[in-house]
Amino acid sequence: MPRKLILCRCEDVTADDVAAAVAAGFQSIEEVKRYTGFGTGPCQGKECLVPVALAVARASGAAVETLRPFTARAPLSPTALKQFAALDEEPESA
Amino acid sequence: MTASPKRLAGLQGPLPATAEIVIVGGGIMGLALAYNLAVRGQKNVVVLEASYLASGASGRNGGGLRQQWSTEMNIRLMQESLEICGAFARDMGINVWMRQGGYLFLMRTAETRAQIERNIALQNRCDVPTRLITTDEARRIVPELATDQFLAASYNPTDAVVFPWPFLWGYAGAASRHGARIYTDTPVTAIERRAGDYLLTTARGAITAPRVVNAGGAWSPRVAALLGLALPDWPARHEIMSTEPLKPFLGPMVSVLESGLYVSQSTRGELVGGITMHEPKDNEKSGDIKMGSRLAFLGAMARGLCQVMPLLGEVKVVRQWAGPYDLTSDGNPIVGEASGWPGFFLCCGFMGHGFMMAPVVAKYYALHLLGRETHPLFDRWRLSRFAEGATEAEGMIIG
Repeated sequence: MPRKLILCRCEDVTADDVAAAVAAGFQSIEEVKRYTGFGTGPCQGKECLVPVALAVARASGAAVETLRPFTARAPLSPTALKQFAALDEEPESA
Repeated sequence: MTASPKRLAGLQGPLPATAEIVIVGGGIMGLALAYNLAVRGQKNVVVLEASYLASGASGRNGGGLRQQWSTEMNIRLMQESLEICGAFARDMGINVWMRQGGYLFLMRTAETRAQIERNIALQNRCDVPTRLITTDEARRIVPELATDQFLAASYNPTDAVVFPWPFLWGYAGAASRHGARIYTDTPVTAIERRAGDYLLTTARGAITAPRVVNAGGAWSPRVAALLGLALPDWPARHEIMSTEPLKPFLGPMVSVLESGLYVSQSTRGELVGGITMHEPKDNEKSGDIKMGSRLAFLGAMARGLCQVMPLLGEVKVVRQWAGPYDLTSDGNPIVGEASGWPGFFLCCGFMGHGFMMAPVVAKYYALHLLGRETHPLFDRWRLSRFAEGATEAEGMIIG
């Protein structure tokens, strides 16, 4: 595999970075996200989650179907602060 | 051929049958304590983390490091913590993206100003160079501020922000290299006292130790409850968000004292910030740990941010998340041995500010456990102060 194969384009995380994270002991997608920063840019994992999961599986030997995706974060796509500022103040719900 | 990589994550195997010290909780407090013990020669230190490293508040906070506190204890501790953080990258061999851009607190009312003036006098006596400044001066530091709504600001150029995650890898890796063993996905399901030792049950087997430290953060009341010990701290959700990365423009962490709004620009360029959101009163101390995100938070945060810096309206929010504060009634932590439970130590109740406190608290905690030196914090922040009514309130709890 080429050394500079970029899996997360927002944060420039390469296949080598993912393999290094697994070698440092990070086995789950949540941990690899935190160690490499993958999935924390504008796409929030929509482009990179599957390729990274495959790379984690390849590096760790785990079956890819046993890996759980990281918690999806709102908003669904990057949204301007002024849109949220225009929301009515509403009573907080639990 | 490359050298074998440094292990930074937790272990997954079966537990050893015994340890000298078991630390429950693999957040910044537990990991920093494990490191500080192991590096001073303490053998057989074991950390038990219920989930993965950075899964709790240590992986969810805003990474602020400030010395602008209202009690001398906290001011002096944070001065030393900041020194440790400044040397962390060199000492631990990991980049923590520290940026010493200062903290700028904005205030709206004369009442707040009077309190802040008292705090600044105390901070100055401790050699923290905080100044009360005019709104014009605040605008020279951050030209994007709309300051006509504010009365004044307090500014300390030596406060800082860091990226929290690598702190955990740094402490975990260094603790492991010095012999501590850190187990992840290892929730403790029972704790019993047996002939002067504590027996902790986990899915990876049982472990016995004469000393246990509860560094469970917002989960600490649940850990203590396994032993039948009721702790007075309680969890509270705190929400936070991050924007798309921007060119560096914001020097200090900016915070509004009356609303609890805070925002800083990380070295990755993102704006990271939160604001105080109150749970409904009847639900406030339910003990539930909620980490769900609410649209109402983004509304409050966006309104607060656009009011302080109107030109940010076009900036896009990329994600929001939440983490638990670990609150106490006087705004101060709970540390030291629990009376009636010899060998059971507490290191919790850090009020959402444990991340910045951990480097220094863990150092003094290790010295305390090793019997080498004790620090006044072990008297001031003892559990029994609540029952005795001997509390000293900390006023600078933000968020």
